[in-house]
Parts: sequence; C-alpha cells; structure tokens
Amino acid sequence: MFSEWGQVGLLLALALFFPIGGVATSWLFGRLGLRPDRPNPVKEDTYECGMTTEGPTWVQFNIRYYIFALLFVIFDVEVVFLFPWATSLERVAVAGLVEVFTFVVVLLLGLIYLWRKGALEWL
Amino acid sequence: MIPVQHFLLLGALLFSLGVYGVLSRRNAVLIILSVELMLQAVNINLVAFAVYLAPDEFVGLIFALFVIAVAAAEVGLALAIALRLFRNRTTANVDEVDSLRW
Amino acid sequence: MTGVGEVAAFWILATITVGSAVVVALVRDLVRAVVALVGSFLGVAGLFILLSAEFLAVVQVLIYAGAISILMVFAIALTPRSARDNAETAMRWLALALALAMVGLLIAVATVTEWGPQAKEGFQETASAIGEALLNRYVLPFEVASVLLLAAMLGAVVMVRED
Repeated sequence: MFSEWGQVGLLLALALFFPIGGVATSWLFGRLGLRPDRPNPVKEDTYECGMTTEGPTWVQFNIRYYIFALLFVIFDVEVVFLFPWATSLERVAVAGLVEVFTFVVVLLLGLIYLWRKGALEWL
Repeated sequence: MIPVQHFLLLGALLFSLGVYGVLSRRNAVLIILSVELMLQAVNINLVAFAVYLAPDEFVGLIFALFVIAVAAAEVGLALAIALRLFRNRTTANVDEVDSLRW
Repeated sequence: MTGVGEVAAFWILATITVGSAVVVALVRDLVRAVVALVGSFLGVAGLFILLSAEFLAVVQVLIYAGAISILMVFAIALTPRSARDNAETAMRWLALALALAMVGLLIAVATVTEWGPQAKEGFQETASAIGEALLNRYVLPFEVASVLLLAAMLGAVVMVRED
C-alpha cells in the first residue's frame, strides 16, 4: 500500500509512538488520579546499577574525551569517503586504487604522528 | 511534486537563523553551532539544485559531500580553539576577547 | 513517488528542521541548543531522503548526527560552568534586521527566478555512481580533502594538549 520510504516512515512513526505513548499515558493517568502516586526517597534516588551513589555527578571532564571524539569524527569522514569507492571497485580499477591509497596514506601519516606524540594514551 | 522553491525557502530560513545566531550570541560554542546551521542550509540548497535542475550529473551531491567533510574538520578545530580560549582566559564571552595580546 | 505522502513528509520535516533551528538561535542554555541542533540535523537528513539523495542522507546521519553532535557535547562538557551562560549581545536587533533582510532577499530571488524545466523523475543516485564520479572526475578535491582532514586532526590535538 505504501511506497518503500512510506513503510520506513510508518515504522518510524510506530517506533516513536510506542514509548511516547506509554509515558504520556502514564503521565495523563497520574494527572487524572487514575494511578497511585506515592514517591519516597528510595524511589526518587539516582539509579546506579543497584548500588548507592557516592560523590558528586559534576566531575571535571578529562580533555582526552574531546580528543577521542575529534579523532572519531576525522576517521568517520574518511570512512564515508571510502564507502563509494568500495561500491564502485570494478569500475575504477587500478587508478581508483592508487587514488584511494594516497588518501588513506595521508591520514595514516597523521595517525602515526599522533601515536608517536602520545595523543592516543588514555590516562 | 514539490516545487524547488520550497526547498530554497527552507534553506533561506535556516541560513538566516544561522546568521542571527552568529551575530547575536555571546558564547563562542553557540556561534560555532550557528555556523553549522548555515552549512546545513547550504547543503539543502546544493542538493535541491542537483536533483531538480541537473539530474544527470552529481556535481551538487559531491559538492554537498565535501561541504559535510569540511564542516566536520572545521567544527573540530573551532571547538578546540574555543576550549583553548576557555582555558587561557576562563571566559566564553567573545566580547571580552578583543585584544591580540594582553 | 508523487502525492500526499511526499507533501506531508516535506511539511513535517520542514517543521522539525526550522523549529529546531529556531530553538538553537534563541535558547539560552547550551545543552538545549545542542539537542535542538541534533534535531535539525535529523530533519535535514529526512529532507535529503525526500530529495532521493539517499547516500547523502546516510552520510549526514553518520557524520553530523553521529559524530559531530558527540564532539559538541564533549566540548560543552569541557567548558567551565561559569562560561555556559548565554545572553545576547547588544547587537541582536541589528542581527535580527540583517537576518530578516537576508531571508527576504533570498525568498525574493527564489520566487522570482525562472527555474526552467524541473526534472525530478530521472534522478538515480547510487553510492557506486558517486564513487565513480568521485574518483574519476573529482579526484583532486578528494585528495585535498585528505590533506584538510590531516590538518584538522593535527591542529586540534596540538591546540588541546596539556602542555
């Protein structure tokens, strides 16, 4: 009945409807008084896999997180450039291979430099 | 079929929202976010033109792909500079960063 | 693929994208701005699918909504809490005027221009066709992109190093 992307859209709509519908119904019933609402300190506590929490949540972030996220972005872009080459492998033959090889080698040099400079250490 | 003007209008709206964000915000990170909005608008325009006006070639799509790659590299570097700024001057207010040496 | 579904999808996606962009441009809290920006990324990805540019939609989700959003969230988590307030400068009325003028100009140009015959039915975009174009005709930007990514990688790591 639907086109292909229409089916994907329908799946997306259902995927959004189930959790949002559940939470909204629960909230609505709470507003209308149809469900019991008895909060106590143990229920309202932060969840940490069953253990009691300790320490504050606002910790000072390490800069390593940012560096790893940035390296992920750069190599994600590289992978995105490699995908079309992978799908058109036969048509671009050896010339395409040389070009992609150059591309990968340039980024590999950058990775080796970072490795030697210690930017990949997790401490 | 959706006429191409609809997509161009959408791109124009996004772009001007990005311009407003860049010019009126004080926090450096939010300025970078607004620049990303402008790049999204540019991408929408490029792809709409590629699809509607030149469907035999892929120039618009490839241009949009490179815009995405350049935007990724640029946002990484711009945020690194902003973080360095926070560390050195402990302020994110771009109004207070107005001298090349202090 | 013409018809009601396409038009409805366009309006829903346009509302999501522009609404999220308005939130990014106006809200004071940094974290909410980033979440709204992710919403606009996903809206734009949906618009790419609507335009039959499916590879580009996947690239958009992969890079923008996947990697760049995380980068921004980490950058925000690393800014000191005192620096997260975001009021607006005194230039905001001028900025508003400029933004309105720009959108007016762009809308005027878009509606007045004769765009000629608009062919959408013949658009067949596949990743292999893009790959071939990327490696045959546009190989120079392809290689330059690698150098750009190298520069960004090295530059950012040098900027945020402890020493």
